[in-house]
Amino acid sequence: MAEEAILGYLAKNEEIADSGEFAAKHGLDHDDVVNVIKSLHGFQYVDAQDIKRETWVLTDEGNMYAAAGSPEGQLFFAVPAEGGIPREELQKKLSPLVFKIGCAQAAKNKWVDMGKQVSRKVKHVEDRVKDLLLQIKDGQVIDQDDIKALKGRKLIAPQTWNGYSVKKGPSYAPQRKKFVADLTREMLQSGDWKNLEFKEYNFNAKGQPIEGGHLHPLNKVRHQLRMIFLQMGFEEMPTDRFVESSFWNFDALFQPQQHPARDAHDTFYLKAPSTTKELPEDYVERVKRVHESGGYGSRGYDYNWSRDEANKNLLRTHTTAVSSRMLYMLAQKPFTPKRYFSIDRVFRNEAVDRTHLAEFHQIEGLICDRGLTLGDLIGVLHDFFSRLGMAKLRFKPAYNPYTEPSMEIFSYHEGFGKWVEVGNSGMFRPEMLLPMGLPEDVRVIAWGLSLERPTMILYGINNIRDLFGHKVDLGLIKINPICGLGV
Amino acid sequence: MPTVSVGRDRLFAALGKTYTQEEFEDLCFRFGIELDDVTTEKAIIRKEKHLEEEEADEDEEVIYKIEVPANRYDLLCLEGIAQALRIFNGKQEIPTYKVANISRESMIKMHVKPETSSIRPYVVCAVLRGITFDEGSYNSFIDLQDKLHQNICRRRTLVAIGTHDLDTLHRPFTYEALPPSNINFVPLKQVKNFRADELMEFYKSDLKLKKFLHIIENSPVYPVIYDHNRTVLSLPPIINSAHSAITLKTKNVFIECTASDLTKAKIVLNTVVTTFSEFCERKFEIEPVEVIYSDGKSYTYPELSVYNMEVSLSYITGAIGVPLEAEEVTSLLNRMQLRAEQSVSGDNSTINVSVPPARSDVLHPCDVMEDVAIAYGYNNIKDIAVAKGYNISKGRAVTLKPLRLEEFSHLIRLEMAMCGFTEVLSFILCSLGDNFAMLNHEDDESTAVIIENPRSSENETARTSLMSGILKTVGQNKAHPKPIKVQCSSSIDHIFFCGSVCLCFCY
Repeated sequence: MAEEAILGYLAKNEEIADSGEFAAKHGLDHDDVVNVIKSLHGFQYVDAQDIKRETWVLTDEGNMYAAAGSPEGQLFFAVPAEGGIPREELQKKLSPLVFKIGCAQAAKNKWVDMGKQVSRKVKHVEDRVKDLLLQIKDGQVIDQDDIKALKGRKLIAPQTWNGYSVKKGPSYAPQRKKFVADLTREMLQSGDWKNLEFKEYNFNAKGQPIEGGHLHPLNKVRHQLRMIFLQMGFEEMPTDRFVESSFWNFDALFQPQQHPARDAHDTFYLKAPSTTKELPEDYVERVKRVHESGGYGSRGYDYNWSRDEANKNLLRTHTTAVSSRMLYMLAQKPFTPKRYFSIDRVFRNEAVDRTHLAEFHQIEGLICDRGLTLGDLIGVLHDFFSRLGMAKLRFKPAYNPYTEPSMEIFSYHEGFGKWVEVGNSGMFRPEMLLPMGLPEDVRVIAWGLSLERPTMILYGINNIRDLFGHKVDLGLIKINPICGLGV
Repeated sequence: MPTVSVGRDRLFAALGKTYTQEEFEDLCFRFGIELDDVTTEKAIIRKEKHLEEEEADEDEEVIYKIEVPANRYDLLCLEGIAQALRIFNGKQEIPTYKVANISRESMIKMHVKPETSSIRPYVVCAVLRGITFDEGSYNSFIDLQDKLHQNICRRRTLVAIGTHDLDTLHRPFTYEALPPSNINFVPLKQVKNFRADELMEFYKSDLKLKKFLHIIENSPVYPVIYDHNRTVLSLPPIINSAHSAITLKTKNVFIECTASDLTKAKIVLNTVVTTFSEFCERKFEIEPVEVIYSDGKSYTYPELSVYNMEVSLSYITGAIGVPLEAEEVTSLLNRMQLRAEQSVSGDNSTINVSVPPARSDVLHPCDVMEDVAIAYGYNNIKDIAVAKGYNISKGRAVTLKPLRLEEFSHLIRLEMAMCGFTEVLSFILCSLGDNFAMLNHEDDESTAVIIENPRSSENETARTSLMSGILKTVGQNKAHPKPIKVQCSSSIDHIFFCGSVCLCFCY
């Protein structure tokens, strides 16, 4: 309706000077008119110019007084023409707010005598405030000083009125052309399609989102890493055991009791079940001896090894616990070289922050063979990390209780422009391998890294909680790209 | 990993050389420690007091925070780090630590009463005679004790260190365990006398000390050390007395370590005395103390015994994977504070290693082998390893690499399937009509191959696009519920290139 009115008007007239006036004249809602003008302007049927006007509208309080009279007026008319009225009675006649303001204003205007008795000072008054409010409501212009006073009493508030002046636009037509969105069978058959205007394709539109499933980036990276290990000839270790005994998690790895890592603040110990049910007793004996007094060429740690401590159950702090079980099982048979790997969850009782969670995924690879050297380890690491796109490596001496030598692996990150630590590695200590029963010339080289760190670097995620856990935005899982590691 | 804060300039002075930060970081990297953070003395204090960050003045002392391995107690202070690096750089010989040659009668005695066995059974002691402290070494001395307490002492539960100005005391000393109300002294940093039970209450509000109260508070007797005049030296593991506190002017230091783990107590004592004996009048010499237990057994401390190992050369070179002569190996080990020499027996294949008392981390020949590798340089090994082809394809294992294109197209097909597109597999052989006319393409007769002996029109050519196959599949499935979403990524046969992978999906 509004559209016809506007376009129709412009057919015969140069311009619509004021959309507000136009709306009033044609009985249209100004908001509707504004929307139509905007749309027509967008399609260049019209050329619209903004008009801004400052007007005043009554506040709620102002509206109250416009109807009932200003507080001072109400008060004045409540006082009888002759005589007076006790103050308390007057107060009861009016609402508390009206009474309070009324007293002040009426006294100021010298309309009444305020005392125990209230009486009129003058015979008659004009309720100027009420008149002004009504004038403003009507849309009349009033004096600046009055506006100031009313604004001060918070009876009126400024309002900006937005409207348009409208002229014909470059694509003006008396009627808006309809664009057709679909080509139908009927149009083709009837030949109507020749006369119709078709809506342009918007190739910049985002398109409708497709319904479908998505895989989690962490698992995508994990899958690629599994493929890399398998291609390098590594067998997967069974890691479906989160609860482990301290024995397999620490003692079998020659990690001494009374070591910081075992502290309650780094390890999750179990309340129930609190201890492990069984351990291979003869192996336990050998482990106890090597901790306490050495042997196999070592002087040992020289402390009292506690079986109770070893029996304690915990949530495994590293998948190396699984590796130790696998190596022990390997040692029970005639020796064959093995390459093992695993990628699974581990648990650390650490404070949660931007890069640390209480649980994360550890990647571990190990090679067990006769006569392996540190040079072999460095070579394997070069092979493995180059498959991850990290060809520039440097190695730093480090310390792990169960490896000697130990090396931290650093890779050069082009983006950051510096060397960053990408993993930890080493050769398992003889005090760990020999009590298991592995032949003396067998050495085990191993390395590990977390899954989260490379994933965060690959996918540009800064906060680990945005990647892993329930606080992850589902949207992020839906838009993550293919993981091309190892491809 | 423990972190040690050292003053940069003091450290460089001790090293005898000034480094740029990169040079120093590189030295740390090669040795196996890490420059974790660079800050200033005032910044640390500001941080502790939660004050505003200010710009550092030129003259604020620069502090290096260095991370050291958890098993190297000898690196827990500036002096230890500096000495290790000086020896690593070949600037200093390995010191020979000696116990002063004094008669048993003239040794200070520490008598141990039997009651201590219920609460804290062991004590080891030593004297640093004629020592000279300056402000830096004095602070270092205190800090080292703190670090040891935190680490190997397991927050004082296993071992507690007390250091005293010997000249304020009268020998012999006794190590006793008494009911708390019987112990009375002025503790460090206080002016008034406290009874031990009062003191425990008092320290409940002390941020630092309240953590250690639990070690003795429920025992009927508390450990305490007295001198001959019944002056208290210390109430282990809580606090020393004010009377025997050491100052910058102290010349003779008496050290006592009470413990529930004797091995660790010995390591701790060794670490403290070897590190600071460099400031004694007779450098690297420590005066012994005799500890006498109530059963009559007596021991002399410190036990600065050297641990001797015989390591085979072939083990070292075999494990590292680098051919080295015995001479090279011994000189490398000497740079790692492990005194080494070729075996006297003329057999070139054994190295005799004397592990000094401060290197309690060396347990097995593999530790020796690691130190050879570190001194040689891990990153030097890398070059040899790569050059000689020391990698997994040494014939011992298989290394496989699938085709990138196969892997990649597999990943794409999975993504498309997850978007709801079902994979179809259509024939490569098709008719010319299907390949061209049906797709509104012109047959320029130079794109598609022509089969010479087709059995039917369906075998005239090999497809040059996947589109016809897809359309034909959809055509055969018109009755299938809509929407029909199909995908295909497979090979096509173009006259100029064969077998490329093409991607196509149709909604």
